[in-house]
Amino acid sequence: MIENKINNIKKNPLSFQLNLNKFNPATAEEKSQQEVRREPVSFFKDGIRRLRKNKIAMICFFVIVFIVLVTIFVPMFYPYTYEKMLGQQPGVPVDPTYSNLKPFQYGETEKTRIAAGEFVFPHIFGTDEHGRDYFIRVIYGTRISLFVGFFASIIVLIIGLIYGSIAGYAGGKTDLIMMRFVDMIYSLPDMLIIILLSVIIRNQKDLKLTGIFARLGPNMLGIFLVFGLLYWVSMARLIRGQILSVKNEDFVLAARSIGASPARIIRKHLLPNCISVIIISTALQIPSAIFTESFLSFLGLGVEIPMPSLGSLAAHALDGVFSYTYRLVIPAISISLIVLSLNLFGDGLRDAFDPKLKN
Amino acid sequence: MDTKFVNYMVKRILLALVTILFVITVTFFLMHAIPGGPFLGEKAITEEVQRALEKKYGLDKPLITQYFTYLGDLLRFDFGLSLKQRGMTVKEIIFSGFAESAKIGSLAALIAIIIGIILGSAAAVRRNKTTDKVTMVVSTAFVAVPSFVIGTFILLLFFIAIPKLLGMPAPGGYIFPILTLSLYPMAYITRLTRSSMLDVLGQDYIRTARAKGVTKNKVIFKHALKNALIPVLTYVGPMLAYILTGSLVVEKIFNVPGISRAFINSITNRDYPLIMGTTVFLASLIVIMNLVTDILYRIVDPRIDFS
Repeated sequence: MIENKINNIKKNPLSFQLNLNKFNPATAEEKSQQEVRREPVSFFKDGIRRLRKNKIAMICFFVIVFIVLVTIFVPMFYPYTYEKMLGQQPGVPVDPTYSNLKPFQYGETEKTRIAAGEFVFPHIFGTDEHGRDYFIRVIYGTRISLFVGFFASIIVLIIGLIYGSIAGYAGGKTDLIMMRFVDMIYSLPDMLIIILLSVIIRNQKDLKLTGIFARLGPNMLGIFLVFGLLYWVSMARLIRGQILSVKNEDFVLAARSIGASPARIIRKHLLPNCISVIIISTALQIPSAIFTESFLSFLGLGVEIPMPSLGSLAAHALDGVFSYTYRLVIPAISISLIVLSLNLFGDGLRDAFDPKLKN
Repeated sequence: MDTKFVNYMVKRILLALVTILFVITVTFFLMHAIPGGPFLGEKAITEEVQRALEKKYGLDKPLITQYFTYLGDLLRFDFGLSLKQRGMTVKEIIFSGFAESAKIGSLAALIAIIIGIILGSAAAVRRNKTTDKVTMVVSTAFVAVPSFVIGTFILLLFFIAIPKLLGMPAPGGYIFPILTLSLYPMAYITRLTRSSMLDVLGQDYIRTARAKGVTKNKVIFKHALKNALIPVLTYVGPMLAYILTGSLVVEKIFNVPGISRAFINSITNRDYPLIMGTTVFLASLIVIMNLVTDILYRIVDPRIDFS
C-alpha cells in the first residue's frame, strides 16, 4: 500500500530523495543469478588447459613419460644385466663369441641352446666388446642420466630457494653482500671446477662411499657437489628477483603487522606467489644437468665402470666407430631426444604458466 | 664519463680480481688436499732424493708460505715446472696449447656471431614464413643436441661416409672442429637475435621510420638491427666460456693438440702444477671476458642503470 503511494509521488528532478524501489528485497530469481554455476578457473587449471592445447609440449611430455616408464620397468624383466659379461663364467675359459655381437646375433652356447629348441632372448642392440648386452646398457645409461638430471635440479632448487628468498626478503646490506657472493660464483668456470673436484674426490682414499654413490662412483658425487656449490646461483638470482617484486605488496605488510615471522612470510606469502617461475626454471634445469653429466661422462669423468651412462657409452663407442657405428648413434639419439623433449616441455610450461606471458 | 660509470667499472674490476683470487686459492688448497705427494707413483725413490726434490720445488715449506710463493710467481706469470713433461714449463705448455685452441675458438666465435645474426634477423623479418619456421626448427634442434653428439656425427659423415662414397681421402685442417664448435652458439644467437629483433620491430620508432619513407633495408639494418644486437652482446661472454669448455670435447674427437687436451691429460697424469696452471689460466680468461662484455654492454646501451 505504502509502496504504491511512494511510487505514485511525482519526483522532483532536483530532489536528493532516494528511489526506494532500489531497496526492495531480491526475488528468488534475482538471487539465483548470483549462484556460481561453473567451477571457478584457478590459475593452475588455467595453465594446465593452456598446456594441453600446446601440441608440441604434450608430445614431449608423453615422450618423457614413455622413456621414464621404460627405464623403470624394462630392467625388471629383461633377462640380462648391465654389468654381466655373457662370455665369462667362473672356471670356464672366456667365450669370445659373445663379444661384439651385432644386433640379433647369438653367442656360441646360445646357438646350441636355440638348436635344442630353447627360447633365447635376443640381444636387441648386440653386445659390446666385453660381451655385455648393449640394449640394457643403453636403458641403464638413460636411467642414470635422468636420475642425475632430476636430483641435481632438486639440489639446485633447494639451495637457490633458501638463499634467494633470504637475500630478497632481508634486503639492504645483507642482500648486497649475498648477491656479490653470487656474482663471484656466477663467473667461475663450472666445467673446470667439476673436473677439479672429481679429481680430488677420486683421490681421497679414506673416503667411503655408501648407498647409491658406491655404485655411481666418486665422479658423480663430484657432479652433485658442484651442482650444490655452483649451479644454484642463477636459481637464487631468479628467486630473489621474484621475492623483491612481491615483497612490498599490501598482503605482506598485513601479515607482518599481525606478527608473522619472516620465515613464515617467506614460506606462506612470498614463495607461493612465485611458484610458477620456480617450477619452470626447475624443469629447464633438468636437461641442462643431463647435458653436463653426459659431457663429463664423454670426457671419462662421469660414472664409474661398469655402470653405464649415455655419455660414457658414446665415448666408448667412439673407439670402434668405424665398425660399430650404431653403438654411437643409439646413445647419441637417446640423449638428444631426452634433452630436446625436456627443453620443449619446459618451454611449453613457461608459455602456459608464466604470468608475464599470459594472453 | 660520469662518476657513476667510473664507480661501476671500478667495482666490476675489483669483483673480477677477487674472483680470480678466489679461483687461485680454491684450486691451490684443493690440489694440496689430495693425499700423497706429486712424486708418488713413480719409481721408488729414497727418502733423501724425495727430500731433495721437495726442497727443489719448495714443497718442504709450510702450506701457507707455499701459497704466497705461488701467488707471487703468478704475478710474474710464472706457473712453475711441469712434473711429467720434463724440461717444460707450465707456461710453455699452456701457451702452445692455447695458440691452437685460440685459432679454432676465435674462428668458431666469429662464424657463430656473423651467421647467427644474419639468420636471426632474416627469420624475424620474414616472421611466420617458411624461412622463419625452418630456421627456428633447426636452431631449436641444435640447441638441444650436445656438442659431442654433433661432433661425432660430423666425424662420421665427413670422415667416414663421404670419403667411402666418393673414394677420396678424409679432409684435414680445422674446418670441422670449427664447425662443430660454432653450431651451438650459432643456434643460440639465431634464436636470441630473432626474439630481440621482433621486439624492436614492433616499436614506435620503427613505424615512424617506415612512415617517413625510409627504405625497408635501411629500416632493418640501420634502425632495428643496431638496437636488436644489444642482448646478443650480453651472450658473448657466456659464449666464449662455452667455446672454451666445448673445445674439451672437440679437441678429443678431432685430436687437436689444444689447451683443453693439455688440461685433461694433466688430470689423468696427475701433473699438479699443470692442472693448477691451466685452471687458473682458463678461469681468468673467462672472468676477464665476462668483465669486458659487461662493460661493453653498459657503454653500448646508455639506458642501463649503474646502481
